[in-house]
Amino acid sequence: MGWARKILRVNLTNGTCTAEPLNMEWASQYLGQRGLATKYLIAEIDPRIDPLSPDNKIIWATGPLTGTMASTGGRYSVITKGPLTGAIACSNSGGYFGAELKMAGWDMIIFEGASPKPVYLYVSDDKVELRDASHLWGKTVWETEETIKKTHQDPQIRVSSIGRAGENKVLFACIVNDLHRAAGRSGVGAVAGSKNLKAIAVRGTLGTGGIANPREFMKVTYEKKKILAENAVTGQGLPKYGTQVLMNVINEIGALPTRNHRDVQFESASRISAEAMHEKRPSDGKSHLVTNQACFGCTIACGRISEIDKNHFTVVNNPKYWGASGGLEYEAAWALGAANGVGDLEALQYANLVCNEDGMDPISFGATVGAAMELYELGLLKEADIGIKAPFGSAEALARMAEMTARSEGFGKLLGLGSKRLCEKYGHPELSMSVKGQEFPAYDSRGIQGMGLTYATSNRGACHLRSYTVASEVLGIPVKTDPLTTEGKPGLVKAFQDATAVFDSSGLCIFTSFAWSLADIQPQIQAACEGDWSMEKIEVMGERIWNLERQFNLAAGFTRKDDDLPPRLKTEPARTGPAKGLVSGIDKMLPEYYEIRGWTPEGVPTPETVSRLGL
Amino acid sequence: MRITLKLYATLSDYLPVEARKDNRLMLEVAPGATVHQVVRPYGLPEKLVHLVLINGVFVPPSQRATQPLREGDTLAIWPPIAGG
Repeated sequence: MGWARKILRVNLTNGTCTAEPLNMEWASQYLGQRGLATKYLIAEIDPRIDPLSPDNKIIWATGPLTGTMASTGGRYSVITKGPLTGAIACSNSGGYFGAELKMAGWDMIIFEGASPKPVYLYVSDDKVELRDASHLWGKTVWETEETIKKTHQDPQIRVSSIGRAGENKVLFACIVNDLHRAAGRSGVGAVAGSKNLKAIAVRGTLGTGGIANPREFMKVTYEKKKILAENAVTGQGLPKYGTQVLMNVINEIGALPTRNHRDVQFESASRISAEAMHEKRPSDGKSHLVTNQACFGCTIACGRISEIDKNHFTVVNNPKYWGASGGLEYEAAWALGAANGVGDLEALQYANLVCNEDGMDPISFGATVGAAMELYELGLLKEADIGIKAPFGSAEALARMAEMTARSEGFGKLLGLGSKRLCEKYGHPELSMSVKGQEFPAYDSRGIQGMGLTYATSNRGACHLRSYTVASEVLGIPVKTDPLTTEGKPGLVKAFQDATAVFDSSGLCIFTSFAWSLADIQPQIQAACEGDWSMEKIEVMGERIWNLERQFNLAAGFTRKDDDLPPRLKTEPARTGPAKGLVSGIDKMLPEYYEIRGWTPEGVPTPETVSRLGL
Repeated sequence: MRITLKLYATLSDYLPVEARKDNRLMLEVAPGATVHQVVRPYGLPEKLVHLVLINGVFVPPSQRATQPLREGDTLAIWPPIAGG
């Protein structure tokens, strides 16, 4: 078995912690992490509840390969009903926390109710207790982790916590572990904040035992690591340049959303790219990038560790930001940069550090700043409203808005609601570049058509990590398809969505999929887990998980009309680049997608589909 | 005719030192030159010439020896890369 077979249920209202056996029947159908925790959540909450009420539950979940010697086997996810969207939320994080939780002997932790006062959960193998967190409330993620380690006199404790953004229920607050790895999207941090849950601190010394077939597991994980090492992307490109290498690529193909999607190419893209991070700065002769970094068990090591320019206006009087720290990754660099027209690499890193420090999703934050800047440019928002001039391209405004949002000060309270609510308040909901209330990531769906369908149908709102068709449409993985056409995209999106659900339920990182297919993770799952884990079974499981999430959203009140893109992407053609003159073909792709999915024309799984998938 | 050659990621090492900062080089090439003809003098390892774009549009491997470039084109090349 890859599972610890044990879950922890924490009732925050009553202050009780109870161990329960893992539901192995569900584990055999949903594997772990994303799939299995979603099954638990849906079984236990009413989909129509207020996400920030005590009726919501929030689950930290590992997969059966988390904490094992499988490459990248350090992932965990946080599953809840998301406050940004009202849809299912499932945010995945790396670092070391997930493996530590597994090595403490727990597959997942389910939090229910709400604590009357701030608390954190301390887990040391079987010993679990809720502890007072009054002294941590108001502290950043970084301060919280340091304080907890000192309190317990144990530097090896791993901490997953919220910062001030989560406490203040910023609707895109995230949950951060290991200082700069995050369960980033959909506002899972706000749910923790609504429950007065500051952190989980874990020390696990039990190891990850119980592998079903240890000899086979060692053999197959060794073979699969070789594939990652020998692959040019996972063995060379990602370690050296990280995800940021995409900045110039996506700009070149004309799919880099710029200034709130007014444009598809950013004139300063090269200044905020991976290549720029390697360049020596004129100011101090140092490069921005210091080194790369790996999460637990990872043999790719794509993470970026950078050092901000100490002379930059954002930090010149603030030495706490001078050390090497996480970032920039591509999504953050895009959202804080191109999305706002800001081409100042150091300013982007500062805003990114604020996001890490206080637990905010830089994608939704940056995209919300982009919407605010457009409202400002249109004269709908004034300097007096914001407290600073905020035209596109203003690094000063970006930095100030990061601070005020993280701390919920002044206009930051409005920014913390996300772009949908902000734009609605100022009478222009169409200026929110979002689906189901969640902001787009870094690919324009006029220049990469499959991503439009990906965003429209993503169960957690606009997201690239639910079906990363960029791999095929731009990078040629596993096969090259034309990004400018809609033909074949519904099938491509479905295939990516279902496969991704398997990766996300296993404990492995989706970045392995640049070198591995499902056929590479299947034998690892089979060797680790008892029972039948054939290709046929895991393929159906991926589809089952997707439909399970869809059922939750339908029950929560979402309909076909929510599977749509903002009018800008359907009516305002791209102005430059290869996609010049094109709009998104979402209206053409969606009906075909529903049909391929086995859903009705209204986007509801048919009884036959529900039956076939065993839902 | 004049074109712009852009080499990114590890391929920037194959550019003249003065061109590496911007990852780009203005070139004078023979009319109708192909991708292969343009990059040959730079000694790029074939397996690293992976993602090839002319004016942002992908050029499949099968056309890199035959598709002619035109005046003012931008040829951009990356090794195998990915992100997310």
